[in-house]
This record gives sequence, structure tokens and C-alpha cells, in this order.
Amino acid sequence: MQPSDMSAVDLVTAVRQGDLTALRATEAFLEQIERLDGQINAFLSVDRDGALRTAAAVDAKRKAGKTLGPLAGLPVAVKDALCTSDLPTTCASKMLAGFRPPYDAEVVARLRAADAVIVGKTNMDEFAMGGSNENSAFGPVHNPWDLTRAPGGSSGGSAACVAADMAPVAIGSDTGGSIRQPAGLCGITGLKPTYGRVSRRGLVAFASSLDQIGPMARSAADCALLLETIAGHDPGDATSLDLPVPAYGSDLERPLEGVRIGRVPAHFGAGLDPEVAHAVEEAFAAFRAAGATIIDIDMPHADAGVATYYLVAPCEASSNLARYDGAHYGHRAEPGKGHRAEPGKLQPAEPVSGQGNASGGFESALVEMYCRSRAEGFGPEVKRRIMLGTYALSAGYYDAYYAKALKVRRLIRQDYLDAFEKVDLIGGPVSATAAFKLGEKSGDPLAMYLVDLYTVCTNLAGVGGISFPCGFTKGGLPIGFQLQAPALAEPLLLRATDRYQHLTDWHRRRPAIAARPR
Amino acid sequence: MSLSRNDVAKVGLLARLALSDADLDTMTRELSSIVGFVGQLEKIDTANVAPLAHPLDTQNVFREDVPKPSLSTAEALQSAPRHDGECFLVPAVLGDTGAA
Repeated sequence: MQPSDMSAVDLVTAVRQGDLTALRATEAFLEQIERLDGQINAFLSVDRDGALRTAAAVDAKRKAGKTLGPLAGLPVAVKDALCTSDLPTTCASKMLAGFRPPYDAEVVARLRAADAVIVGKTNMDEFAMGGSNENSAFGPVHNPWDLTRAPGGSSGGSAACVAADMAPVAIGSDTGGSIRQPAGLCGITGLKPTYGRVSRRGLVAFASSLDQIGPMARSAADCALLLETIAGHDPGDATSLDLPVPAYGSDLERPLEGVRIGRVPAHFGAGLDPEVAHAVEEAFAAFRAAGATIIDIDMPHADAGVATYYLVAPCEASSNLARYDGAHYGHRAEPGKGHRAEPGKLQPAEPVSGQGNASGGFESALVEMYCRSRAEGFGPEVKRRIMLGTYALSAGYYDAYYAKALKVRRLIRQDYLDAFEKVDLIGGPVSATAAFKLGEKSGDPLAMYLVDLYTVCTNLAGVGGISFPCGFTKGGLPIGFQLQAPALAEPLLLRATDRYQHLTDWHRRRPAIAARPR
Repeated sequence: MSLSRNDVAKVGLLARLALSDADLDTMTRELSSIVGFVGQLEKIDTANVAPLAHPLDTQNVFREDVPKPSLSTAEALQSAPRHDGECFLVPAVLGDTGAA
């Protein structure tokens, strides 16, 4: 059996038993990256030498009879939003081009300690802001099912590399759907854990009350394997939960009798593509056949999710991204020839119209350096969100926008608490359509925001969600199904998905491009 | 809800983003449309609803106040655009006495 045909669970078992060397497993995926990534652009950096070195060390460790880590020999691709001390970490931004973090993210450190093999860093929307990967400063990722289409975002590189067999598993991050939506559009399985389940230390911050790292893989069982390693308390992240980590892979086979899955009729409104609606209803039928009970429920504030998210997330982002100042790390504008205030003569505190160009001035050379470095380093969507967040937090608008959004956020979370009195899980679509064309929505920021319709509320409420393939369009594009669960119910999310994946084979399908030459 | 060009220029300075005239035009148009969209929340009754800034109930996580190793000066400076081995170098903070 080729390493590319094996699940991650089988692959680590084969390495542990000596049936497969870590080196051979790693080479197989590096070859696929070399063959395909010119067309897909899933990776921002590939660490061929480092990966082969790590793999050889794992093989040597096994030969010496030492205990291997739980992910020994498993190639893993890591979203370029996580700090790696031995590889550039760019967040797909010119602001961080070539940036070398001085430390590893906690999740990266845990992967290394588990003897995983990090093969490279994956492409994404700049600073994780976007739903199509078109906001990468280093070019979009192409969906392996149709290279003219978007893979989704922001973890589009992680989703595409797993879909195209360039890595068996990948790490993504999800602030408003950035794991689940690309997993859905690329036909793989992606889990957004409960807020606080996985340490965020060393994840480049976007919106800190929403960001969460999670696994992306071909199946729920492979996600469970990865989650077991990356979850757990980290004193370096004050929001990380100090609770034991269950053995996620150990309870997958228990039948779904007695499990109640909520279905939200409002999800099937006018915007939902009929092919997607059909596949999602079929998945509900499969869950019913597997023993679950389907119950219609109401989430009265779900409609307000996108508007709430596009206040909360940009407000937090405008604060988080203030750290990019051209002084400590990242891009710095060269001293320019623009207007400068005369020495000792400060500009009035009130800014003038046309700030930053010939008709205006900056209050000091330092402020000019900040403003120009940020203008040059950030792309359009990041600037838009920083501006939106700054506006919504500014004097006179704070109560009307930010504070209002936080109150609606509580109502949204209350909807979940009420729903989980009646059901154990909530099912539904991940996205209203299958993968859209590159360029189709990139001219209209608001249209792009609406792709997050079904995913943002999970993050606002801080609960967990998983997405996995539940069918294909007539045109051959994957369709995703989403399950959401109460806080810390990852074992049930994984088990329900695993049961579904034993009844269906959608998750086993591969895009034609992934077939290896024999 | 629509923003004026002047509003956007002011926000740009607060956000420390230099905006060209063309940027100001685009940003004014796009932000007005987005602010109009998020403004729909106004219609939701939130009387007697407390804001929720964070999904966890955890508060005030403390650790023992003991010194721990941290980044060395060299590590902290390793990605600095300009430094002198001890400090980050920046242009004049007050007025314009030449860029560092």
C-alpha cells in the first residue's frame, strides 16, 4: 500500500510497527507537492530538507528501540499563521515577508514533540481574513477539484493540500469558518474545536475571542488523532482551558442511537443552492438511518450572525494588528520624500483631509513611518477590516456598533444554549454553494462576507463545529455538511462524523489531479 | 449610514494607515456599504442584555510571580528592520529631526 492511500491512523501504525519508514512516507508526500503545487499554490514554503531530516531521526529513534511519539512519521502541513522558529511565518502578508519568529507556536511544539514531520507552511488569506484565499499576497490557492475555482478560506492552502494528497493532515485556524468552509469546498474533514481547547500561543492573532486552531484531514478518525496531540492546557495562553484531554479516537464506533440532531429550517432559505440543499437533506436521512433522531429547531438570531461577526472580528483585528508598526519586526517603509512637519512644529491633533499625501502631513517622522509601513505592508482586505474596526471602536460610534454587537453576540450564544437543551448536535450546510470561481466575488467585499453565513455563529458562541463532505454537485464539486456541538463535545462531533463516514464514501473521493503516476 | 471622505481620512490616521486620494475614494464607498450592512443590528432589541466580549467564563487567570526565562535581546531584535544591537531604532518621535 502506498503511503498516500493510507489514513493518518494507519500511517502512524505502520511506522510504529516498522512496516513503513517515516522517510518513505515523507518522500511520497514531498513528491506529490513537487508534482502538483506549481498548479495549486497550497504551500508558501516547503521544508524538504528539514522534513527528510526529521523523518530520518524518527526512523533512527525507532531502530534504537526508543518510544515513538503518537504522530511519529506523520507528514503535517501547517497554516502559515502559526509561528515556526525554523521556517518563515508570513500570514500570507507582505508585512511579514521573510519573518522568522523567535519561537514555535505551542501547537507546533506539540507536533514536534509527538514526532510529526512538518513538511511546510500553507497558503491562506492574508492574516486569515477572507473566504476564498484570494487575499493572499502570494497568489491564490487553486481548488484541486477545479483549478479555476477557489478552495475557500482562510485555511485554503491547508484544505487544498490534503484534498490533493500533498499531505495526509494539516493544521488550520478558524475565526469565522476558516477551517470548516475550505474543508467543505475541498471535500475534506475539518474541525473547529471549542474556544480554549487548543492553545493559541504563537498563532498570529486576528480576533482573539474567536480564533481557534484545529485539525484538517481526510476523515474524522484522522482529525481525532491530530486533535489528541494539539489539544490541552498551555499556561502560555490565559484562555486555554485547564481540563483533561479525552482520547478522541477511542469512542468513535459507538452507534448514534439516542443522539438528537437539530435541523434549522431557516438554513434552507432562498440563498441555498438546490444541489447543496438536496445533499444536506440526504445527510440528515443518513444520520436518521444510523440511529439518530432529527429534530427541527429555531435559532432566532442566526440571521444577525454575519453583521455581528463583521463588527466583533474587525474591532479585535484593528487592535491586534496595531502591533505591525515597522519598528519591531515586519515591513518598514523607507524614509520618503512626502511632506514632513517642520522640526518642533507638531501637526494639530485633529487630522486633516487627505492625510498622508501632499496636501496633508504627519505629526512626526515616527507617525509617518507607521502610516507608510502599514499602507505598504497590508493588502486591501486587511486595510478594510482595520478601518472598519477602528471606526466602530472610535469615540461616538463605540456604543452603536461594538457594544451593540457584543449584546447581540450574547443573544446568539443564548440561542445555542437553548438549542442544546433540546438536541445534542446541530446539523446543516457549511456553505450556500459549492466552490465558486476565482474572481467571482473578489470585487465585492460584502458578497464575500456573506459566504460566512453558516459558520460565524459557532465562533461567536465559542462552541465546536466540524465539516465533512456529504455529496457532489453534477459538475463534480464537493458539498459540505456541518455539525455543531456544545462546548467540549468534540468526542460526539468526531463520533457522529465517523459513523457517517462508515455509511458513506464521499470522504474517500479524490480529485483527478491527485492520482499519482504509477 | 454613509461615511464622508473626511470621516475616512480621520479613521485612517487613527488606524495609522496612509491613504492616497484614490484609496480614500474606494474606502469611503466600501466602508459606507459595510457600515450600512452591519447597522442592521440596530433593529434587534438588546434592552437588558449584557455585552458578551468573550465566550469563556474564565476570568483573571494568574500564575505564580516567579521569574522565568524570556527572549534574549538578540532574539528579540532578530527581525527588527533597524536596531543597534541593544535597541530598536525608529525615526524621531517628536517633530522631524531626521529618520533613524
